[in-house]
Amino acid sequence: MIRIEARPQPSAVMAYATPVLAVVLTMIFGGVLFAALGKDPFQAIATIFWEPLFGEFAFFYRPQLLIKGAPLVLIAIGLALGFRAGIWNIGAEGQYIVGAICGAGAGLAFFPAESVLIFPLMVLAGALGGWAWAMIPAVLKVKFGTNEILVSLMLVYVAEQLLASMSLGLLKNPEGFGFPGSRNLQQYPSAHNAEIIAGTGMHWGVAAALIAVIFAYVLLTRHRLGFAIRVTGEAPRAAKFGGVNPGRLVLFCLGMSGLLAGLAGLFEVAGPAGQISIDFNVGYGFTAIIVAFLGRLNPLGIVAAGLLMALTYIGGDIAQSQLGLPAAAIQVFQGMLLFFLLALDLLTNYRVRFGTAEVA
Amino acid sequence: MDLSSINPILLIAAMIAAATPILLAAIGELVVERAGVLNLGVEGMMITGAVCGFIIAVNTGSPAMGFVAAAVGGAVLSLLFAFLTQVALANQVASGLALTLFGLGLSSLMGQSYVGIKPPRAEATPLGPLADIPIIGPIIFGHDLMVYIGLALVAGTWAVLKFTRMGLVLRAVGENHDAAHALGYKVKRIRTLAILFGGACAGLGGAYISLIRVPQWTEGMTAGVGWIALALVVFASWKPWRVLLGAYLFGGITQLQLNLQGAGVAIPVEYLAMSPYIVTIIVLVILSADKSRAPGSLGRTFHASG
Repeated sequence: MIRIEARPQPSAVMAYATPVLAVVLTMIFGGVLFAALGKDPFQAIATIFWEPLFGEFAFFYRPQLLIKGAPLVLIAIGLALGFRAGIWNIGAEGQYIVGAICGAGAGLAFFPAESVLIFPLMVLAGALGGWAWAMIPAVLKVKFGTNEILVSLMLVYVAEQLLASMSLGLLKNPEGFGFPGSRNLQQYPSAHNAEIIAGTGMHWGVAAALIAVIFAYVLLTRHRLGFAIRVTGEAPRAAKFGGVNPGRLVLFCLGMSGLLAGLAGLFEVAGPAGQISIDFNVGYGFTAIIVAFLGRLNPLGIVAAGLLMALTYIGGDIAQSQLGLPAAAIQVFQGMLLFFLLALDLLTNYRVRFGTAEVA
Repeated sequence: MDLSSINPILLIAAMIAAATPILLAAIGELVVERAGVLNLGVEGMMITGAVCGFIIAVNTGSPAMGFVAAAVGGAVLSLLFAFLTQVALANQVASGLALTLFGLGLSSLMGQSYVGIKPPRAEATPLGPLADIPIIGPIIFGHDLMVYIGLALVAGTWAVLKFTRMGLVLRAVGENHDAAHALGYKVKRIRTLAILFGGACAGLGGAYISLIRVPQWTEGMTAGVGWIALALVVFASWKPWRVLLGAYLFGGITQLQLNLQGAGVAIPVEYLAMSPYIVTIIVLVILSADKSRAPGSLGRTFHASG
């Protein structure tokens, strides 16, 4: 007979072991999935995890790791702050889109003027856009007790429509021969989020992600506010007695995650993506949820998780072109990872006992 | 703009059809939440149901088989959620999100070779001369069977929750799982069954979109209907008949904005397409003042210690 017993303290060993175990299990079951799709599972797994790092064209793929990882880490850091406190912002995708629209709009307003001030202004606009979009569920939650999960998610769909409207209307390239999409910011030097060191993938978004990681780490481990976040998540009643203002915490956590998601959107649109277009967003806002959990809501863990997830994106692309693995297979793969993580978390907080129950 | 091109009778009939997928998913989720479980995976189960139903309907040529397969598909996916939350004791919010992310990926993987195919047509229910009554006929009697099954599910859920022992036990588990456990009820078993029911309903709702509403398979075609259904349960204060009312309201808005798009109103299409989501938010704000109706154990993990 199997029994599950609550541990008095969460196991520290398991806290580190479960993410690794989840990745291994996902590889095994992912391999089964790929085999079911008629692909060689070993080759597929090797293509996803080995090829981008050590393969023949690794020099091309390694910079991609930073480019794809930065938005994931930026967004996941913000989400993790909220998740820690039991505040569920799942609309990061929407905040990412609005940040990109606001940032790109601010830059394009000055086209074709050149100034060193334009890019910083765009960064500000992007951050503000994401922040404002996240403030909608935050204010509604604080004022009216509205469920932030549903509101933030509804706003993703609204943001997607807004994006379509912008790329077909207000921000459409006047010299684009009628094609939807804005001017390409990569060809507008003042607004281009160029690589800081050419050929490394190191653009300003990567720098911002690193700053966010350090900021979040210090906040959570050294600052009163970080303590309030942690207490609220683990014991909401104790936090209340301890004088934590839950409303302000909601505003801070949602605002911060919106701001970071907006930044991620801005850096993406001004750099790797280049323009506002209907299919600008590729689901970073949702994948970042997996990244946050895989990193155990811990800033340093999120860096590792973000890079791993970026790897599956790049490897997935390679597997798609080389082995004909469908794009959706990678999405299933990522979803599976979250399942295994959540299921294995049992081992952190509970002890699994085998054998007959003792007589009390 | 030509509003006279909108036929009010057809519009109302279409509104009822538009409401059906939301209704099916919401009534399932209502049962799940009354049992004290918050399953945010409705969208994932719906889209999985949509693709399962579509594949089976195309291959067997029978829409009815498609709906059965959709219910099974939704229920199988919800079993994953049941395992995570009831056996592995995982956080319900995170598990529900995982279910949605996984379901979206799985469905587009399964549906790859079915893009652009037309499914077999579902026949209108043969109610004979009733459908020929002017005005009332097309509005009330001119629908396919699923519309009536949806209505029957609402009535059935209401009756079971209100009048039967089974409903009482389910509500007890949802209101206070420790008390229900102390009385000897199998909290986890009851919740698992509720989750399965919710999954099957969501699957049916999804298949209604892919087989009747659209009818076609495209990736991510449920487009947030599952989330609207979740909002609807809150809107309905966890009461079956109010779910019906809410579903017709949301279905009505969805259909109305589609008709306005067709009629060429001066408002851009994108802004009309936003409206169902914005209305959902507004309604949530108005109704979230009253939280007293929420089941007492909603979203809490149950673990019998000792």
